[in-house]
Parts: sequence; structure tokens; C-alpha cells
Amino acid sequence: MSILIDKDTKVICQGFTGKQGTFHSQQALDYGTKLVGGVTPERGGETHLGLPVFNTVQDAVNDTGATASVIYVPPFYAADAILEAVDAGIQLIVCITEGIPILQMLRVKAAMTGTGALLIGPNCPGVITPGACKIGIMPGHIHLPGSIGIVSRSGTLTYESVHQTTAQGLGQSTCVGIGGDPIHGMNFIDVLSRFQADEQTKGIVMVGEIGGGEEEDAAEYIKAHVTKPVVAYIAGQTAPPGKRMGHAGAIVTGGKGTAEGKVAALKAAGIEVVSSPTDIGVAMKGCL
Amino acid sequence: MNIHEYQAKQLFLHYAIPVPDGKWADTPESAAQVAQELGGEGWVVKAQVHAGGRGKVGGVKLAKSPVEVAELSRKMLGKRLVTKQTGAEGLPVNSLLIEKTYPIKRELYLSLLVDRGTERIIFVASAAGGMDIETVAHETPEQIISVPVHPAAGLQGYQCRKVAYALGLKGAQIKALGKIMQGLYDLFLAKDASQIEINPLIETDSGELMALDAKINFDDNAVAAHPEILAMKDPEQEDEKENKAEQFGLNYITLEGNIGCMVNGAGLAMATMDLVKLKGGLPANFLDVGGGTSVDKVCEAFKLILSDHSVKAVLVNIFGGIVQCDIIASGILAAVEQVHVTLPVVVRLEGTNAEQGRALLSNTGLNLYAADDLAHAAEQVVALAKEAA
Repeated sequence: MSILIDKDTKVICQGFTGKQGTFHSQQALDYGTKLVGGVTPERGGETHLGLPVFNTVQDAVNDTGATASVIYVPPFYAADAILEAVDAGIQLIVCITEGIPILQMLRVKAAMTGTGALLIGPNCPGVITPGACKIGIMPGHIHLPGSIGIVSRSGTLTYESVHQTTAQGLGQSTCVGIGGDPIHGMNFIDVLSRFQADEQTKGIVMVGEIGGGEEEDAAEYIKAHVTKPVVAYIAGQTAPPGKRMGHAGAIVTGGKGTAEGKVAALKAAGIEVVSSPTDIGVAMKGCL
Repeated sequence: MNIHEYQAKQLFLHYAIPVPDGKWADTPESAAQVAQELGGEGWVVKAQVHAGGRGKVGGVKLAKSPVEVAELSRKMLGKRLVTKQTGAEGLPVNSLLIEKTYPIKRELYLSLLVDRGTERIIFVASAAGGMDIETVAHETPEQIISVPVHPAAGLQGYQCRKVAYALGLKGAQIKALGKIMQGLYDLFLAKDASQIEINPLIETDSGELMALDAKINFDDNAVAAHPEILAMKDPEQEDEKENKAEQFGLNYITLEGNIGCMVNGAGLAMATMDLVKLKGGLPANFLDVGGGTSVDKVCEAFKLILSDHSVKAVLVNIFGGIVQCDIIASGILAAVEQVHVTLPVVVRLEGTNAEQGRALLSNTGLNLYAADDLAHAAEQVVALAKEAA
């Protein structure tokens, strides 16, 4: 088994008929994802990429039985899209959109409390179970069905980890990009706990970066609850304090959220931390 | 996005947060005139730069006469102020804030920010104002109180009273602080701030509360919705190259090394900088060219990197996801020719059609090196930079 999604997961796309939605929906279909339709207000009843378009997420859920949704709407509309998906009972919401105002995400997170819906992202590549289901913008062909669970705050470093574990012949069970924003959905612990419980996953790659304290929290959690081998990498050791390094969440403020602090916390928890991003695959293989 | 103190204080006034009587000036003459108009017996001349720590380096001076205000202004204007927050080059002092002075009984601290851990807007307050709050937090954490606000409930009266009592306020001051906190909270929400800091918030001899300093940061993701805030932007307080990068949709940050970096993706860009350091070099910049990597974007990226004259060699690291590596390679090739890049450029391409991409970059007659993997690419660029230095 994998985590979060498998070959039977029915997915809809919000922002389906837009440029991004169209391009990545086609890629998902080519990969074999069970994409069953999409949502664009006022376009309900049309057909796009051979699939039905609905006015609302509720219409799409009623008609298709979808349980997952991927969001490609512009930043100022994304909070609305996430909450519409929650309201329609979507269980897994993957928000790719970058640039959502932080106060909107604060309200979204507060509104989601108690609904049971899971959010991945925003500002993330998405989630993929190789060979079964791809939800997001990651290049499908670099993946290989296998035994490594990957969780990362960065898109391209997820691909880097995928590439290396594929090259080592290990492959991936599921890869989750949790996103580069300071306020986001599932965190490291939410994903790590699922990898720990998943039989297919034999080892875990965790890629963090400067900013916030989630890596430190994850270190504590791994020490107490994760028995599978974990290889970690933290980006941003050379990042100057007070500067936002591309991702809204990648910033060292008031001496907090430094790469050194995170590496120290992970090492103290007995986790193998590689100092070079090129050593992730080799180190993972060495741990198994 | 940052704004100046005088702009932050104008916003404070709109939200009924008391600030000293004061006015902006950009010549010694107008500064003296402002002092005259404000009246009183003492004034403070404050250099307007986007950085804290001004007081310690002569950016905040007291004057006893309008003539002295003019003298101090003359010394500050047109200079660059170097504080512990600016870096060695400092920031230009193009304008001043002239304010009346008030007898200070106590200096307090009050700020408002988004806390990632609790996913709430929180107030942070301390009776130990006027000092670096991080030092206070580190050395005497018991002197700091923080209050999270639920987004649905909003700021409640009891939360304001809690802060007021913790700060040792009494009587009418309790209500006054409540008004200040509500004003700050309303301002924070209305303008999509990411942080508001008052350090110090003073208690005058007569017991009044007043924001002696004001610092506001805005959420870059939201500022497009607030043209009145965007209009307050002062590009002269920011890195010229970083401003230019923004125009082209590039994410660029100047660093101190001599190896230029061009990478797709923020995480990989940070990792590439770290790797350069690990291999004994120093990165000159952070640069995320984004997903598309069109010829135009790569050209602009090269121009930016080359405008930093300390750069001796360039490392291009692209993980070709959806876009194929041979297409990216032709883009890089076109850009190198178009911009006339003569410095050594090491390119690492990975992803679909990586081999074809590398082949395109080999034997071009240009100063281009196609590396077969990232570790080698980093080693190579460090060696080339050392040769050139």
C-alpha cells in the first residue's frame, strides 16, 4: 500500500479549464491518474479533455464520487477554492497555488478545524504514488514504484530526492510536497506518521529548509514514534538571516529557524542528516 | 514589503494609535521649519531608513533648537547609515522625521505578528521596552507575554486587559492600551501586515501611552491588493539587483561570494548555494529562475549575475521536470551568446533528455562546461572561480 492516494483515488481539478489546470490535468491523465472531471464556475455542462466540467465542487462530487481535488486557481481565489472543497466533503485537497496571502491561510486553517479534510500545500508540487496516481505538477517519469516515502517542503528538492532514490533502484511508495508557505496544510509529522504505518514504506527521506520549527517538532516525533530509517537534508545553511529565500516560509527571523538548529535537533534525535543534497539516495540505501 | 517609520506613524494615526507630534523633512531648512511649527523645547531628528538599530550609530539625535535641528539634519542627509541590520554598505538617508520630545517614565514593547506554530496572529508585549526584544526573549523570557487571537473571535477585551496588567498599567491606561491593541489588530487585518512593532511604546510622565517608534512589514503576497501601501515603497532602501529581479519575475538575493548561481526552484537554489560552500567556494547570490526557464528569463538572470563584478564563475543547476533538458540547454546556449557571457559557466542538467542537453552544451567554443552530476558541477565551478580569482 501507499499513503493518501492509490490507483483508485478519484480526483477532480479546480481551475480545470485554465492554462495550468489544462496542462497538468492532461499530464495526470497520461500518467494514469483517475481524473474524473473538473470545476470552473459558469462552465458547467461543458466537456474539457474529454471529461465533464461542473459549476461547483458539490456538483462534481455528487456526479463523480471524487474524494480528492487539486487546485490550480490564482492566489487571491485559492482560499475560496480550498473551503469550497472542504464544504463539498472532499477528503484530500491538494493546493498547488503559490502566493496566497498569509491571513487568508490563517482563516482557512481555522475554518478547516474539525472537518476531517486533509490539505496538502499550498505552494507545493503535490502528491504522487508512483505508477498509480499523480496529483500535482511533478514530472511523473522520474518516479519508480518502490519502498521510500519522501516528504519535503521544496518541489525541486523532492524531484532531486526522487531522482536519487530511483537511481539507487529503491523507488518511492508515496512522495508528498508539503509546500513552502509558512501556514500550510499537512506538516512533516502528519506525513511521517502515515509512512510509519504504511507497509510498503521501508525508509523515509525528509527534506526541510530554513524557517519555522516544523523540522524540530518532527525530530522529536521521529525519536518517539518512527522506527523506520530516516534520512534528512536541510536546505539554507548559507542563507543570510532576515531574507526570504524564494519560499514565503524560508526565512530566519530573530535567530529562529536556522539550518544549524534544525540539523542539530535532527542529529540529537539520532536521525542521519546528509550535508550534501547529492548524498540523499546513497545515504538512504545505506540505511536499509 | 517594508515602509518608513514616518509612513507607519501616518497609518497609526488613521487607526487612533497615539504617536508623537512630528513631520517629515528632506532638507535641513525644512527640518528646522518643521521644528519651529511643532513648537516646544526639544526635538528629535530621526534618519528614515528601512532598518533598526539607528540610535546606536547616530541615526537618532536630540536637538535643543531649530538651528541645531538643521545642523543635525545636514550631517545625516545624503549619508549612508550602517546599522547592525543593514550590512556593510548601509542604507541612504534621504529623509528625516522631526518630532517633539516627551518626558519618558517607562519604555514598553508591543508587537503583532503571524505565529507559524500556533497559526494565529499573536500580540507580544514586554515591560522591558527599548531593548532588542530577541535579547529579552533569550535572557529573561519571563518578561515577555504573548496572546494569540482566534481569527473568528477577533481580539477580546480580556486579552487587552491581560497584556495591560502584565505591563503594570493602571486606571485609564488599561482602556488606552485596549484602544491601541484594537487599532493595531484592525490595521494588521485591513492592510495585510505581516508584522507591526512598537519599540518602545512609552509611558510619559503624565501617564499617556504613545508609539515612539513604529515598524510595519507587509505580506508580499497580499500587497498587490493594497495600492496605497504599494505607493509607499522606497526602492532606494532596497538592493538594486533585487528590485530588478522582481521586475522580471526572478527571485534574487545578493550574497557576498564570487560564484554566481542560477537554479530552478527555491529549495534547490538554497541547496546549490550550500553545496558550493561545502565544496570550498562562496555563493554570490540566491537566484530562482522558476519553472518555465524561457530564453528571456535566462538572459535576464545572466545579466543580473554578471552585474555583480565579484562573480568569477557561474553555476547553472536545472532539474528539468516537465520542460525537457534539450530545450533548456538551447535556451542557456542562446542566452550565453546573447548576453556575451565570457566567464566560465558550469551547467548541470538533470531530467528528461539530459544527455541530449549535455551534448548541446559540449564543444560549443564558448566558456561552457556541461557537468555530468551536481557534486562534480559544484567542484568544477569552485575550481574555476579559484583559477580566475
